[in-house]
Amino acid sequence: MKGLAQLEEIPHQTALSWRIALTVSMAGLRRRFFRSLITMVGVVLAIAFLAYMLVTESITRSLIALDHDELNILLQKFGVDIFSGGETDQMTIMLLGLTLMTCTVGILNSMLMAVTERVREIGTLKCLGARDRFIVKTYFIESSLQGVCGAVIGLVLGLIVAVAVSCRNYGGYVFSTLPVVSILGDLVISLFIGSLIAVFSSIMPAYAAARKQPVEALRVQE
Amino acid sequence: MGDTIVSASGVTKTYTMGEEQVHALRGVTLEIARGEYVSIMGPSGSGKSTFFNMVGGLDTPTEGEVFVEGRRLADLDSSQLAWFRCHNIGFIFQSFNLIGTMTALENVAIARLFAGVSPEQAREDAARVLERVGLGHRLDHLPSQVSGGQQQRIAIARALVNEPLIVLADEPTGNLDLKTGEEIINLLNEMKQNLGVTVITATHDMKMLSCSDTVVRLRSGAIESVQAKDEIEITVGTIDGETVM
Repeated sequence: MKGLAQLEEIPHQTALSWRIALTVSMAGLRRRFFRSLITMVGVVLAIAFLAYMLVTESITRSLIALDHDELNILLQKFGVDIFSGGETDQMTIMLLGLTLMTCTVGILNSMLMAVTERVREIGTLKCLGARDRFIVKTYFIESSLQGVCGAVIGLVLGLIVAVAVSCRNYGGYVFSTLPVVSILGDLVISLFIGSLIAVFSSIMPAYAAARKQPVEALRVQE
Repeated sequence: MGDTIVSASGVTKTYTMGEEQVHALRGVTLEIARGEYVSIMGPSGSGKSTFFNMVGGLDTPTEGEVFVEGRRLADLDSSQLAWFRCHNIGFIFQSFNLIGTMTALENVAIARLFAGVSPEQAREDAARVLERVGLGHRLDHLPSQVSGGQQQRIAIARALVNEPLIVLADEPTGNLDLKTGEEIINLLNEMKQNLGVTVITATHDMKMLSCSDTVVRLRSGAIESVQAKDEIEITVGTIDGETVM
């Protein structure tokens, strides 16, 4: 049997690896699977909207660049201002901004609820020797996973819808001039913004979780 | 018996709740010897849990000092306290506090992972301890798939897997029926005998008295009495095969 007295000084608890944090996060996600899914749907929709707007803009631009008479008539028929180069209008950008903000608040809300709900679990983990940093890691992973998965699904969805709608409107022209590089860039931007939202909105809940004192955490009645 | 493992001197704890000052502990001085089974009894609100949290390094006294193995807990910073809790204290709770989406094995193994062993070793150790508490056949069950008594056994395995010096059990039988509660008490006692851990329980379960070496009674945050085993008189009777006091 080891004893404290044998030790020169009590060591500091080592930082626990991301791998252990991932195990705990996955347990949390599994427990709240449906709610995680609902939060994710919020991200999916917001990022799908963003990806749709960006990809549509890229496609429209490449179509305008073709400067084909028949196509120009089609573009104008679908409300594209071919003289402005096919830029997205102010109103849509505002709408997009609102959607992204709503999605941020959604994750934030869901994760803060998860913290309140799992105060006892946080207390228990602290009793087992988890440091604040570890708790931050687990909640950070949990909400980032929701955000990043949602962003990936969202951008695929947005891409498919944007290409499908463009094909319906402009037919074969779309594929004759598909701006692959520009679209890839749009997808990267969507993924980046989605991940940024996820990371940003997970910081506060993660710290809120870590600040819970084990004593208070364990006193909470179920 | 022998040397002192926990020593508290003049411990007070005062909480401020709004305008009001709540005195959870009013000067508790107590020594607990290594390998003892100590029951701390008292009505709710008598300061049992508060005292517990002090010994477990979860809370700090307003005044007074708590020493564990001669070390003043107030001298440790938060990461040292985390290390201390991980390696030296096993916690057992009234409501088990297992992680619902993890199997019995994972619930125990996670405590071992916190102590810094490899995942393979953690699972191996967890399985061995679960076997020891009689749950060798329930390794892959979720807490919700086993009975209350079995959940508490998982919690005991989790508390013991890092070979702690002290097991702190806060009302371990509070959510269990008489018979299951008794089995848990016997298990704790057996672990105390075999592993030499010091067991400190907060309880108002009279069944606990029969295996306690020392019974400390708390009332309104102060020690009312400290009795050694041979000073306690208990009469045990049975009704329909169930032990009652």
